[in-house]
Amino acid sequence: MVTIPVEIQILFAGLLFLIGLIGLLVRRNVIFMLMSIEVMFNAAGMVFIIAGAHWAQVDGQVMFIFMLAVTAAEVSVGLAIILQMFHHYKTLDVDELNKLKEIN
Amino acid sequence: MAILLALIPILPLAGFLFLSIMGGRIPRRMIAFIGAGLIGMAAMLTPIMGLIFLVSPPPGGAIAVTLWEWISTGGLTAAITFRLDALSLVFIFVITLVGFLIHLYSVEFMADDEGYARFFAYMNLFVSSMLILVLADNLLLLYLGWEGVGLCSYLLIGFWYKEPANGYAARKAFIITRIGDTAMIIGLFLLFIHLNTLNIQELMQQAAVKWGQGSSLATWAALLLLGGALGKSAQLPLQTWLPDAMAGPSPVSALIHAATMVTAGVYLIARTHVLFALAPAVQLAVATIGALTLLLAGFSALTQHDLKRVLAYSTISQIGYMFLALGVGAWSAGIFHFMVHAFFKALLFLAGGAVILVLNEEHDIFKMGGLRKKLPVVFWTFLIGSASLAALPLITAGFYSKDQILWFAWSANKGNPWLWAAGLTGAFLTSLYTFRLVFLVFFGESKIQPTHQPGRLMVIPMVILAAFSLLAGFIELPGSMGHIRLFSGLLDTILPTVNMIHGNLPEVFFQVLSAVVSLTGIYLAYLVYLKKPALGDSFNKTRLSNFFYQGWDFDRLYDILFVKPLVWLAEIDKNDFIDIFNSAIARITLWFSSLLSLTQNGKLRWYVMGFAIGIVFILTILMNL
Repeated sequence: MVTIPVEIQILFAGLLFLIGLIGLLVRRNVIFMLMSIEVMFNAAGMVFIIAGAHWAQVDGQVMFIFMLAVTAAEVSVGLAIILQMFHHYKTLDVDELNKLKEIN
Repeated sequence: MAILLALIPILPLAGFLFLSIMGGRIPRRMIAFIGAGLIGMAAMLTPIMGLIFLVSPPPGGAIAVTLWEWISTGGLTAAITFRLDALSLVFIFVITLVGFLIHLYSVEFMADDEGYARFFAYMNLFVSSMLILVLADNLLLLYLGWEGVGLCSYLLIGFWYKEPANGYAARKAFIITRIGDTAMIIGLFLLFIHLNTLNIQELMQQAAVKWGQGSSLATWAALLLLGGALGKSAQLPLQTWLPDAMAGPSPVSALIHAATMVTAGVYLIARTHVLFALAPAVQLAVATIGALTLLLAGFSALTQHDLKRVLAYSTISQIGYMFLALGVGAWSAGIFHFMVHAFFKALLFLAGGAVILVLNEEHDIFKMGGLRKKLPVVFWTFLIGSASLAALPLITAGFYSKDQILWFAWSANKGNPWLWAAGLTGAFLTSLYTFRLVFLVFFGESKIQPTHQPGRLMVIPMVILAAFSLLAGFIELPGSMGHIRLFSGLLDTILPTVNMIHGNLPEVFFQVLSAVVSLTGIYLAYLVYLKKPALGDSFNKTRLSNFFYQGWDFDRLYDILFVKPLVWLAEIDKNDFIDIFNSAIARITLWFSSLLSLTQNGKLRWYVMGFAIGIVFILTILMNL
């Protein structure tokens, strides 16, 4: 079995995180932004798995399961907010929601 | 028994605390019951204390009760000690009795006011402060009461605070009396530095021992204390606040601005009489100021249109008489006039307030008239008060007290014919403006219809005060008729007696003269204001009349002398170096703030960008470590 060096694995997770971040920055559609956040979450989870495998410890996988639960909760709240947003503003463009700012 | 003495000021204080905490939550009847009731209890305790005091005179001529040590630091000790001697007995008697009657009157007078609890709370605090002032054993405690009454005066003048003019009058009273108070506190510092105590008795003893007759320190101390007295008692040159203080409700004018607080200056001078005796120049100044003030205020009272302002000027003028008496060394005569004045002036304010109330807040005496038949009780009580103020011979208390002052102004060794002449002219003016008021308000043709009759609670205090205004004089009859000296006999235990110049004109001559002057004034008032109103009108149109009406233009003078230069200085001082520096700090901060607030633009992705850049920064730093 070929073992992929741990640096490559971490690099992969970092790449995944970067993709998510770029998605978050360039997308204006709030659903895509939520999805990008999910990608970033999974990148973080990936690091846990990698670390667990590297030191042959079960803690990494345990943490990942915790993260899944947290993500699920986060997504349900996020989707609820998006629904409300669409309900009120009839748009999913996040740049339209700029009321909360300093007036000058 | 001495603890009863401490209860006298504590009861009203308890009333104030209770009403200010619970006032909004208890029914109005309860507020009235507590507000007037506690003063009533104090008023009942006072004769008890008086009886104890008179029946078994305490050693040293005073009952003292110490509650606790208030301040004890360095060389300064001041205790909460109440000290009852003959002088403070007279004062607490008048304060509690007149105070109670006025509270009773206010129960009905203020019945429809939304600030019912607030009114009684302030009034109770006032009575308490005033009692502390006159019972205080050291000057610091006296000063506490002194400032307490000043505060209550401010609060009650501005009681109807929704009217901006009332707030202005309240501030004016507060600031002008503050000028005097500042002089007074500097006087206290001076006394403490040189005599190392603030206890009044020790102070007087040491001053008499250490300071010689006419020494400069005694003169300065007396002068500074006089400054405080002038402010509080509205004497020249700090008299301008009192006429405006009439913005407060009538019971307030009766209690604070006629009967009690404004005579605090008289009390202070009588209390520290040793100092004034050591400084003959200052004592002469007291007499001169009194004489000038009584004339000035008398002329002003003659031209006022507002019923309460006439009475206010009359109060200034009558306190002028008290100062005149103190100045010529007739201490007990001054205090006697204080007591009699408290009765009749409180009565006049209460009766005047009743008139104003039933005429729907009509203050202008020229719009009244013919109220004699419509308001008989008010008319008779007001007439009695006026007669006493005008010193109607033989039957009124005012005659006996004022006659005594005039007699001493001539015959005391510190008096002189000029002071006497001023006093006599003042007596003529007094009866003239007093009966001008009576004739304009109660006689002549009817111009206005009262809405209702004042009720029982308002009439009873007026009747009682009317009785006192007539009868109080008989406890002190002059040497020429009866020679009863109950009052001065009491006060002679602590105040020195008058030094007379012998071989003078007989006292009867002066009594007849002042009686004639008083009656002439009344007759002239009848002639000018009832018989031939045209005469009065033609005088009212002159510039002199307007000058008197404005209170001898003191307000304008002070405006030019003090207010305008100060405003001008403030104007040019607005842009000095420190202000520029301070405003520069503010401007730079604002500029940075506006710069940073650009980042808070409400764009979510912008914020995420901020996070990302921040993370990159932190990671870079961490990697370099």
